[in-house]
Amino acid sequence: MTISPSKSTSRLRFPFRVQLEPRLANVPRWFPTLVSVGAIVVALLIGAVIIAIAGGNPFATYSHIAQASFGSLGVFSDTMVKAIPLMFIGLACSLAFQMRLWNIGAEGQFFMGAWGASAVVLLPILPPETPRWLFISVMILVGMACGAIWGFIPGFLKAKLQVNEIITTLMMNYIAVSWVNFFIFAIWTEGGFQMSPVFPKNAWLPRLTDLAESVPIFRGLTTHFGLILAILASVVVWFILFRSQWGYEIRLLGDNQNAARYSGISVTRNTIFVMMLSGALAGLAGMSEISGVVHRLQAAISPGYGFTGIIVAWLAKLNPFGVILVSILFGALILAGREIQPSGIPKMIQGIILVCLIASDFLLRYRVHIVRRTEE
Amino acid sequence: MEHVNISTQKPTVVSMRGIVKKFPGVLANDHVDFDLFEGEIHALLGENGAGKSTLMNILAGLYKAEAGLIYLNGNPVNFNSPRDAIKAGIGMVHQHFMLVPSQTVTENILLGLEDPRFRLRLRDYEQKVADLGERFGLHVDPRAKIWQLSVGEQQRVEILKMLYRGAQVLIMDEPTAVLAPTEIEGLFKTLRSMVKEGKSIIFISHKLQEVLEISDRVTVLRRGKVTAAGIPLLNTTREELARLMVGREVLFRLEKKPLQAGEVILSVENIRAENDRGLPALNGLSLNVRRGEVVGLAGVAGNGQRELAEVITGLRKVTSGRIVVQGEDLTNQPVKIGIRRGISHVPEDRTHVGTAPNLSITDNVIMKNYNRPPIGNRWVVNAIAASKYANDLRNSYEIVVPSVATPVRLLSGGNLQRVILAREISSQPSLLVAVQPTRGLDVGAIEGVQRLLLAQREAGSAILLISEELEELLSLSDRIYVIYEGKIMGEVLDGDLEKIGLMMTGTPIEKIEAKGGA
Ligand SMILES: Nc1ncnc2c1ncn2[C@@H]1O[C@H](COP(=O)(O)OP(=O)(O)OP(=O)(O)O)[C@@H](O)[C@H]1O
Ligand SMILES: [Mg+2]
Repeated sequence: MTISPSKSTSRLRFPFRVQLEPRLANVPRWFPTLVSVGAIVVALLIGAVIIAIAGGNPFATYSHIAQASFGSLGVFSDTMVKAIPLMFIGLACSLAFQMRLWNIGAEGQFFMGAWGASAVVLLPILPPETPRWLFISVMILVGMACGAIWGFIPGFLKAKLQVNEIITTLMMNYIAVSWVNFFIFAIWTEGGFQMSPVFPKNAWLPRLTDLAESVPIFRGLTTHFGLILAILASVVVWFILFRSQWGYEIRLLGDNQNAARYSGISVTRNTIFVMMLSGALAGLAGMSEISGVVHRLQAAISPGYGFTGIIVAWLAKLNPFGVILVSILFGALILAGREIQPSGIPKMIQGIILVCLIASDFLLRYRVHIVRRTEE
Repeated sequence: MEHVNISTQKPTVVSMRGIVKKFPGVLANDHVDFDLFEGEIHALLGENGAGKSTLMNILAGLYKAEAGLIYLNGNPVNFNSPRDAIKAGIGMVHQHFMLVPSQTVTENILLGLEDPRFRLRLRDYEQKVADLGERFGLHVDPRAKIWQLSVGEQQRVEILKMLYRGAQVLIMDEPTAVLAPTEIEGLFKTLRSMVKEGKSIIFISHKLQEVLEISDRVTVLRRGKVTAAGIPLLNTTREELARLMVGREVLFRLEKKPLQAGEVILSVENIRAENDRGLPALNGLSLNVRRGEVVGLAGVAGNGQRELAEVITGLRKVTSGRIVVQGEDLTNQPVKIGIRRGISHVPEDRTHVGTAPNLSITDNVIMKNYNRPPIGNRWVVNAIAASKYANDLRNSYEIVVPSVATPVRLLSGGNLQRVILAREISSQPSLLVAVQPTRGLDVGAIEGVQRLLLAQREAGSAILLISEELEELLSLSDRIYVIYEGKIMGEVLDGDLEKIGLMMTGTPIEKIEAKGGA
């Protein structure tokens, strides 16, 4: 084994170096959005380079992905279908994260919401000939309630016993999945298959295709009423967070818990309520997926929506309207992933976008200078 | 660049020329010149928001100036980061320390250095740190974890950190604001021993007494401009300095109207409470405050003052005793009830308790009334009313800031304190518990706050003023209680300093009077 004798003297130095200066002043309002858009562009460029190296045609690939997710009314509608659960879960996470409650149990709350909505049909709580408006309203309520219970348990443990909510919410995901499995294997099974019978049409959320009679262009479009619910939910969450007294309490608690206590705001109560509402929103995602898309309870209802939703919330900078937009982007990538599955390209791009967006956060906090190295 | 100052024959270490720094809406430094000689202590004075911290942050490489030059020993330098500055021998101790709580003193000092690549001989480094501390009178246990240290000790670690990195120029931004009087003495000893070794020190403070005591020369800033450039302190007076800072005469004696105190507003009866570590902090303490009087609470820091303020405002539970406010028993009632009953609280810790740093000024001033009309309306916060309220407070309390949407973490220390005071006083409280309300404020602002307190007294509030500044207590209070180890040692009406001093060290008033009588 030999060691280079002139290790320190012969070190080659690059004539420039990067210098970081923490940003102390506030950045302008448009700056974060610009940085995010820039990050996505950079991510696409990186992806293009990789595709080119792999011998593909980046332009063709991108246009294929765009075609597959935005190319026609039909696929765009499918993109929206994928985006809807992400919207609800992104909102659920944004709400909790604003208070710095790390609810990573949206997946479990999603399953409980789906279970609760199914229970209305299958238990049954309501007979199959119930009118649609009543059926769906009750399914929404029960779905949200089940999600809320799944949020309440970790919230209560956190508030009263200081049990770390990251652990409890994560663990409760497994319980929820097993709970649903138990029902579809043992109780609601349809002829031995691991799925429940299909719900009566009265329990389906209205879809665009249902309106094809009067608007022919909607024929075959599966976008469902959940989209309207999600947009409504984002307005409500925005209003709660930025206009209501409760939202003020949540933001104050998130920024400085001591200051909130000093202002007479109850940490315990808010922890429980925020976790419940967060759970309820994730539960609503489950309900809308069951009642709008799958129309029965089965095992494979989520390709990890509960976790992707966390990323959505984060990338949207916890802004409810941002959540809607980011969800559509992710919906598109999920759909394109299905379309050109063997190549795995959309998965890769999703990853690159994620890394770029997270890295771009850095630009918001630091100013980057490139300076010439001076001789020392 | 002339390298030697003729009149004193001391070489100029740092020379800043024509420094300009703008922030959105403010010109923080407007063509500022500043010279530091070798081996001197140079005070930097100025009102809150005058641009002192900004100027020093530029020197320490944290900010970049828009215009101007910095010379170090006569050579132009250009710092792009604090690392560059410290390499050149300029170190700054900020008011808010930047230490890792879970690590030891030595580990914090070594943090970010290239020298110990692997943590092989931490022992040797501990010895080095201990030696360095010995040399400058900075006593801390090199193996103690930061969270175990008092604020004063943490400050010593920050200074050690800079000395360890070979700082020749040390910038201290309001170092005494967080210290108890005895610790201040220790700090001054350290500064003097550093000067003896040829180091140069820039000392920022609002306390003119201290500045006169420790510094050789002073530079005064006012609204970003220099109003006195390095004048020797021998030739000035406290009044003169105050005038240079504020631009008008400052009265150090306040006119206090004689008032007949009214009924008892706050009555604390024989309370006991524990501190955060579960040790007894209040041991059977009783006192009362009446309408229209300022009652001072004197005592060395850490004798239960903070706990008392928290117990009265509902932030801490008592284990026994009673707290009665305006005839209503508020013992162990939630904070919210206290706020509703008109208790205001200026907390000691303005960044960790008093404000939410990332929220706007508007969000910070509505902390106590966001749920009451006109700001709170049923269950919404009326954003228009809130920002109007914030703008009103900004004007009447002279909070210098471009917009009320600014997050409060960007405010200068004094402006932050004004935000808190504005919020707490504007609600016309029946009881105001003020803990160190003038800490970190400039002389003009102190006068302003003291006036506000006296005006509040005339408006019929009962005021409990908890402070370590005896001078402030004497000039504002109608009566002074002295606290020691969670008990009241006694009460003085005539401001007898000797009695107060004895009680602060633990002699009950009965003993003092027995001796005096005998
Ligand atoms: N990062 C920043 N962004 C925007 N404005 C700033 C920033 N830092 C300082 N300012 C503004 O610049 C002015 C000077 O602030 P600076 O902190 O230098 O004052 P100071 O003299 O240290 O006051 P104090 O005695 O209150 O600490 C103030 O009006 C302040 O609000
Ligand atoms: Mg300052």
